[in-house]
Amino acid sequence: MRIHCPLCGARDRREFSYKGAALVRPLAAAESEAWHAYVNLRENPAGPLAELWYHEMGCGSWLQVTRDTVNHTVSEVVLARDAALGAGV
Amino acid sequence: MVDLLAKTACDGLAPLNIGTVCLREGPTVPMTTLAPYRGQQAALDAALQAAHGLGFPPIGGSCQSGDARALWFGRDLGLLMGIEPEATLAQYAALTDQSQGWAVMQLEGQGGEEVLARLCPVDLRLSAFGVGAALRTEARHMQASICRIEEDCFQIMVFRSMARTMYHDLKTAMEAWAARG
Repeated sequence: MRIHCPLCGARDRREFSYKGAALVRPLAAAESEAWHAYVNLRENPAGPLAELWYHEMGCGSWLQVTRDTVNHTVSEVVLARDAALGAGV
Repeated sequence: MVDLLAKTACDGLAPLNIGTVCLREGPTVPMTTLAPYRGQQAALDAALQAAHGLGFPPIGGSCQSGDARALWFGRDLGLLMGIEPEATLAQYAALTDQSQGWAVMQLEGQGGEEVLARLCPVDLRLSAFGVGAALRTEARHMQASICRIEEDCFQIMVFRSMARTMYHDLKTAMEAWAARG
């Protein structure tokens, strides 16, 4: 499995470390239900899933990687900074 | 005042000549990371040009002027080697002294690409990684910076604490390459 880092190009999986699903962080004042979902509840799809990966051995960027959990096809990679995950609802 | 003895990162590790490849420690030079503040990269580039005659390195590349070299060192990060940065650069970027913090080695001679191919999961052939190219990658589980400083000479950098391990892994790879004849 190779991940196409927006800065470094296609790199081997071993250069990256995995964090988990890429979720939009709720606002600090959001209902506790929203925070409960953010912290504890996860989808477990057999198919595309947006995840956070860290290019630890390369440029040091956090990436949002859309990976198919069935066949590991990576369909999209963007810098996490550009993925609007901190927008809040 | 105690008189402290300076030891380089590869102190006690003898230069190696195995087959056609040679490994030795690079020169001990000042090293400073340049982390431009958000939106200041163009200004830093201009200030570097004015102060030292080289620009901020492009992604995957490096710039050189005389003894000074600037390596791409990660996202929004450059490493200035060989000279002390002018203080004026501090208004555009965070400057952090890294001197003595990294082990700097040079792998020279025909076959260096094949040696590194045993350690790193990237294509370092001349066609994909030309003179002046610089990248960050993994070298046997270590975070490394690799730059092709001449056509047949690579500069390999790892954290200073990893110097002995990197030396051992390079030696093993050099022996394996040489054994193929």
